[in-house]
Amino acid sequence: MSRITSAQKIAAAKAEGRPALIAYLPAGFPDAATTIEAAVAVAENGVDIIEIGIPYSDPVMDGEVIQQATTAALADGFKVNQIFEIIQGITSRCDAAVMVMTYWNPVLRMGVDEFSRRFAEAGGAGLITPDLVPDEAGEWLEASAKYDLERVFLVAPSSSAQRVEMTVAASSGFVYCVSVMGVTGARSEVSSAAQGVVAAAHAAGAEYACVGLGVSKREHVEEIGAYADGVIVGTALVAALRDGGVPAVGALAAELSGSARA
Amino acid sequence: MSTSDGSLKNASGPYFGQYGGRWMPESLMAAMDELTRTFEDAKNDPDFIAEVRELNKNYSGRPSLLTEAKRFGEQFCGGARIFLKREDLNHTGSHKINNVLGQALLAKRMGKTRIIAETGAGQHGVASATAAALMGMECVVYMGAEDTRRQALNVARMELLGATVIPVTVGSQTLKDAINEALRDWVANVDSTHYLLGTAAGGHPFPALVRYFHQVIGDEAREQILEQAGRLPDAVTACVGGGSNAIGIFHGFLDDAGVEIYGFEAGGDGVDTERTAATITLGRPGVLHGAKSYLMQDEDGQTVESHSISAGLDYPGVGPEHAYLADIGRVHYEAITDTEAMDAFRALCRTEGILPAIESAHALAGTIKVAGRKIAAGAKPQDVVIVVSLSGRGDKDVHTAAEWFGLLDDAQDQAADAQEGK
Repeated sequence: MSRITSAQKIAAAKAEGRPALIAYLPAGFPDAATTIEAAVAVAENGVDIIEIGIPYSDPVMDGEVIQQATTAALADGFKVNQIFEIIQGITSRCDAAVMVMTYWNPVLRMGVDEFSRRFAEAGGAGLITPDLVPDEAGEWLEASAKYDLERVFLVAPSSSAQRVEMTVAASSGFVYCVSVMGVTGARSEVSSAAQGVVAAAHAAGAEYACVGLGVSKREHVEEIGAYADGVIVGTALVAALRDGGVPAVGALAAELSGSARA
Repeated sequence: MSTSDGSLKNASGPYFGQYGGRWMPESLMAAMDELTRTFEDAKNDPDFIAEVRELNKNYSGRPSLLTEAKRFGEQFCGGARIFLKREDLNHTGSHKINNVLGQALLAKRMGKTRIIAETGAGQHGVASATAAALMGMECVVYMGAEDTRRQALNVARMELLGATVIPVTVGSQTLKDAINEALRDWVANVDSTHYLLGTAAGGHPFPALVRYFHQVIGDEAREQILEQAGRLPDAVTACVGGGSNAIGIFHGFLDDAGVEIYGFEAGGDGVDTERTAATITLGRPGVLHGAKSYLMQDEDGQTVESHSISAGLDYPGVGPEHAYLADIGRVHYEAITDTEAMDAFRALCRTEGILPAIESAHALAGTIKVAGRKIAAGAKPQDVVIVVSLSGRGDKDVHTAAEWFGLLDDAQDQAADAQEGK
């Protein structure tokens, strides 16, 4: 099957003169079927790339809203195996690129090769790995090359020039620029550090650099879109899904992407 | 991992065989690099070494004693000679002080003004609050909400020492979640803050760094046993949760091929039950809190809750150097049940007048087994010499022990519960 990659979607957005919009949703919250419906809804409302998060027992990079959602999913019996049906369910119904964001131990436990193979078969584009740095990613570099998957590593405001360079070199698709030293969560303003992180990633040769952490409003998207190739929204969408279900998450996606495109 | 000359000592990390490394967010890499540089630099700085020695001697009370437990040896170990490395006599009552003083000095060296720590039962939290008070630093301790209720007196101790205790109400509300929350704090405040990790786990350089500050246990014990017994011991034993006291005492003997080394994990209700914390015995390799090591996890890689009567051993991971020493067979790791540990706890109280921490009682229970096996195999009892790491004192455990042995009547029980805020 021909899979749609994040790089293709970012390139297409760029051709339209806008940043790509990337939406995070946790798998199995409130259930697997709703995850698929919510993903399709955001894709129909201007989202280019969807990241599905795998619920994990020890999510050290997540703030309260996402923690509560993923903890609830685990309490309701979410199993890692379900991720492949969810990815398949989304890729078969929309033309967004579909990524998975995952802490590394669940992948390690299944086996990096097996996870990668099944993920690619389901139509997934690549993995975003918040607690895996390229230094430890030997097995993943191998498996991602074998199954042609995108590797999205993170760079942070604290990253040294040398680490940015190394991380950009190991990444494919795009580089995830962490806007602020902290965990996921909506913030009223997006840190000014983000622009510096994006500039560093571009300077190190990243074709596409996208910004996440703290983004919750259309004005953030416009502000960041002025210098970044894509904008990642998580917590605000999860809160909308929690409070208003699929219609609310679709409406927020429309707002974030700009009414002209809704 | 062994050095080129075959020595197992002074392994520098980041890897111990396939274990160790830095399985953690990029946001923390700069801080981990800074800590590594500062530590490497400090280790070679005579002034730093002198400062650590001075604090160990005149603040903690080192060297700690090595006490022969003659009546315990006669009555419970078939007449074997048992020597206790008395970390219980250190200031704050356990080995934990060795590491917190060293790391607080490193924090100051990095110009950090705030330390954060995780704690289960409160021992490491109390030690961290102590070091922060001594050095005039701000201290915040993360503790599972459930643990703050069970250990209300230790919460008060930390607050008396000037620390702020933050109950962690997310996840399973236990030690592992306290570590998660401390990591989240660290990511957000890394410029001003040092994360004073309490055990020989975590990403590089923590396992090697925490071991470095605890090596003094093994160095002293080796010298003391040579003096008192006139030879090296047949075996050295310690309890293993994350494994900091164990790696400290083991290190002194790793290169003595004739010395058997044993680590005793918390078996809880038993390794054939779901209520256990025997990570090496039952776990499989995985990554948690920054290191690859043995890990109690389910088939999805989700961390499994551990259970032990000993809060200090109640952790689903273990330090990566232990995982390596287990794989190469240099150290034998075995599980001790709650019942075995509590029997040994009472035995030491009654034969030696020493109230051990329940953690350390796991090492004592294992020692009884090791001595029994050696004598059963034909060794003359008086020729069997074993050094045990008595990692802490049991004052904190009096209520747990009194409940276990049914020493409290209902009224006392309720009063004690009320005092502990249950």
